[in-house]
Amino acid sequence: MLRFFGKHALFMVITLIAVSFIVFMMNEFSPGDVARKELGAYATQEQVDLLTERLGLNRPVVVRYFEYIGKLLQGDLGYSQRFKVPVSDIIFNRLGNTAFLAAISFALIVPLSMLLGIVAGMREGSLVDRSITIFATMAASVPEFAMGVFLASIFVVWLKVLPGTATLLPDAAGWSIGAQLVLPVAVIVLYDMGYVVSMIRASMVEVMQRPYIRTAVLKGMSFRRVILRHALRNAMINPVTVIMLQINYLIAGVVVVETVFAYPGFGRMMLEAALFKDIALIEAGALVAVFVCVATQILGDLGYMALDPRIRA
Amino acid sequence: MTDRTVSPLLEFRNARISFMLRVGEANVIPGLSFSINPGEAMGLVGESGCGKSTVALAIMRYLGRAGRVTSGQIMFEGRDIASMSEDELRRIRGKRLAMVYQDPMSSLNPVKTIGSQLMEVPIIHDDADEAKARAMALRMLDEVKLPDAASVMNRYPHQLSGGQQQRVVIAMALITQPSLLVMDEPTTGLDVTVEAAVLDLVRELRQRHNSAILFISHNLGTVVRVCDRIGVMYAGEMVEQGTIREVFANPGHPYTRGLLDCLPTLGRDKHGSPLSTIPGQVGSPLSRPPGCSFAKRCAFAEEGRCTTVPIAIETLGGGHLAQCVRTRELPPYQRREGLSGVGNDDESVPAMLEITALRKTYRQTHGLFGDTGKTVKALNDVDMFAKPGKTLAIVGESGCGKSTLAKVLSGLVTSTDGAVRLEREEIGTVGVDKRPQSLKRKLQMVFQNPDSTLNPSHSVGYVIGRALRRLKGMSRREAENETARLLDVVKLNGDFAHRKPHQLSGGQKQRIAIARALAGDPEVMIADEPVSALDVSVQAAIINLLNELQTERKTTFLFISHDLAVVRYMADHVAVMYLGKVVEFGRAAEVFEPPFHPYTEALLSAAPVPDPTRQGERIILDGALPSATDLPPGCPFSSRCPRKVGAICDTTPPPEQQLGHGHRIACHIPAVELVALQRGGAPAKVAAKA
Repeated sequence: MLRFFGKHALFMVITLIAVSFIVFMMNEFSPGDVARKELGAYATQEQVDLLTERLGLNRPVVVRYFEYIGKLLQGDLGYSQRFKVPVSDIIFNRLGNTAFLAAISFALIVPLSMLLGIVAGMREGSLVDRSITIFATMAASVPEFAMGVFLASIFVVWLKVLPGTATLLPDAAGWSIGAQLVLPVAVIVLYDMGYVVSMIRASMVEVMQRPYIRTAVLKGMSFRRVILRHALRNAMINPVTVIMLQINYLIAGVVVVETVFAYPGFGRMMLEAALFKDIALIEAGALVAVFVCVATQILGDLGYMALDPRIRA
Repeated sequence: MTDRTVSPLLEFRNARISFMLRVGEANVIPGLSFSINPGEAMGLVGESGCGKSTVALAIMRYLGRAGRVTSGQIMFEGRDIASMSEDELRRIRGKRLAMVYQDPMSSLNPVKTIGSQLMEVPIIHDDADEAKARAMALRMLDEVKLPDAASVMNRYPHQLSGGQQQRVVIAMALITQPSLLVMDEPTTGLDVTVEAAVLDLVRELRQRHNSAILFISHNLGTVVRVCDRIGVMYAGEMVEQGTIREVFANPGHPYTRGLLDCLPTLGRDKHGSPLSTIPGQVGSPLSRPPGCSFAKRCAFAEEGRCTTVPIAIETLGGGHLAQCVRTRELPPYQRREGLSGVGNDDESVPAMLEITALRKTYRQTHGLFGDTGKTVKALNDVDMFAKPGKTLAIVGESGCGKSTLAKVLSGLVTSTDGAVRLEREEIGTVGVDKRPQSLKRKLQMVFQNPDSTLNPSHSVGYVIGRALRRLKGMSRREAENETARLLDVVKLNGDFAHRKPHQLSGGQKQRIAIARALAGDPEVMIADEPVSALDVSVQAAIINLLNELQTERKTTFLFISHDLAVVRYMADHVAVMYLGKVVEFGRAAEVFEPPFHPYTEALLSAAPVPDPTRQGERIILDGALPSATDLPPGCPFSSRCPRKVGAICDTTPPPEQQLGHGHRIACHIPAVELVALQRGGAPAKVAAKA
């Protein structure tokens, strides 16, 4: 076990170093110099030169990269030009908001997808299977923004039972934070579940055709017992990775939903940082996203090991 | 013999079974009648596609959504299985009626411990509590002779060997003392030594538990070992049934005769006579002929009598039945055997392929960064040779290094040490990507499973044509003509060129694989278990084809197989391998005559013999092959050897005894003594070790 974590920690450090280097270099070599990106299009050449001088941007790039890494290690993520605060002040706040949204969504996606996927896959081609498959396909194929607008027009504009934005601030209309979260969570869950249900269903269909299911049935077990004791765990082995990848999506990929509902989340922050060329924030955000990505992979591997005795070391 | 006073345990009463497919009704079993009495063991044999497995699954009522019994009855303990409710069915499945499957690995749930899979049977059926179920499971694991049952309980299926897995499945089936045990090819895919041990276990348990057995197999030898009666199925009909002794001595149906005759029984070889075959293949269940289904392939068929009306079942006495109008007109059956001839072996002819002191070691690695520092010695000082135009056969259990040897020869891996010379040219160190076209042309391979070696999206013509263009540099036009010629050589019609692999039967695919290997006119052809996956009738045809090709083209064959009868038939020289070493090497006729290396002796005694009159005591090897990471310092076979003489076997590598004509045995026991032990019939210590 120690070996497992040692190996993965090493892998994570290597990945983070590689990503920090690539992002740093991309900002360095993309059109326009760093000072220009920081100051914006309307700054004068003098101001740009001055900032270049002050930030030491005319020194060799490798030197500045190591300087950057040194600061990172001390916990200094830099200063956000867009929000005019230190990066660490804003990034963790936004990450917290997104994690909150992600946690609620994830807590709904996993059990619902398992339920629907297993029920659909246990009798391939049955009416229940077809209904669930159609539902899942539709949910996964309607784009998030369309679903957001669609749900908002029903519940916000027509029924007027929910707020159209989720700013997490006590707003004028007096909607509670709980009510604000309903629509963003609904959109994320529906959209993402469609995908995860299909994966679990496919895995379940395959498992139901395995000879050990026949063995279980011919032992004289009830169908229910066959599903719960023999099929379920096997059917979850393959989707574990996919389910863990959803955490990635939920943290770094829900930018559309955050934008539609004006949610102050991580994805929207990254979008703004990219549009505004807020380099320090982009770099820090990229590192956070990679960290989440590698961490979920480790979780996925652990899940694999828990479910499947064949790959336990 | 069917005893009229006992009511049968299982009875098929003119049961008709069909699968409803999109193309229509596929009537797999047109009307089957047979019965099994309590405690009786009945074997069911026939080629693939004859409906054997359908019978097994119909008994369990597990035919899937498409399959159903459309008329007739399948009576089990006096009740019709087809009309039982789901609840009733569940109460007898696993309790009165249990099944053992072909592939034990996939029949066991990979994520549950052996213990929990065994214990759930009494928990479901006998309302046993945890403790009682555990005790029952432990006792059953002891009964199937798994050492250290308590630790097996906590293990997962992948931590057991194939033979151990099958013992677990058998334990699982017998734990509730069922009255009928259905075994569907229970030993197919296991090594001969393991197969022999499992069959003996089945025989023993059968007597103890008094369960009746329906034993399905394509191997007539295994049926003889276990059963009292045999049923021969063809195209869903039971064309013959009777006691084993009666049916084997006096087969009343031409199909049974065909099945018996196409077996290369031990003692026959290619210098004697070609194997007889059954031409054609089993017809489609979508369209049945009005008369005898076998008439098209039958040498005795008469137009009219055999082909126009349904054939009645004739009684030959003593419960011996045959569905053949001409059964009484058939000539008396003469078993074909002992037809061996003499091959010309000129010792002065230089070897085509010579392997000297060959070693292949792998470093054992674990994941991305892991290197356990251990080495696996897959091949350890291997010496052998193949003469031009002759066949060298390599036999041994899985894990003995025969496949590694094939990989080194074909360049998929390179040797660690020693020499592999093809016509005096070193090839062992040359990987396949570095081999010149001329060398690739000289050495071709045919694999066990033609399904996985033919690309399903390429037509036969493309596959062979491509080999011709690449190996012989032919133009497209030339390749087309040559393809037609090659198809003719492997006895397939020219329009097979346009077919895709899914349109071919198993035997046809293997013919295509052979044609492709022949494309470059190879000097050496390596065939890795080329007939193991085929039906006996197809196997015979492919073996004959290979031998004909060898006679015509003087191709040298390296024939890897676990089937000793096939090896005896095909080989000029035989190398018996164990744990990366050659324990015995020599001319086939001599290797199969005493003195044997104790391992060769064990292999020969384990081979199932399809003859009820020749069933001797057998040497059962217990335990599994030791791990190739830490080889014993002495004889590799010492841990399982029934003739082990003492500590010397564990500590000192055995000397190689030369017995003339290049025949050699690596054993501490002098050859003269081995002869005395084996000829004198002194039984080897059977499973003597703890």
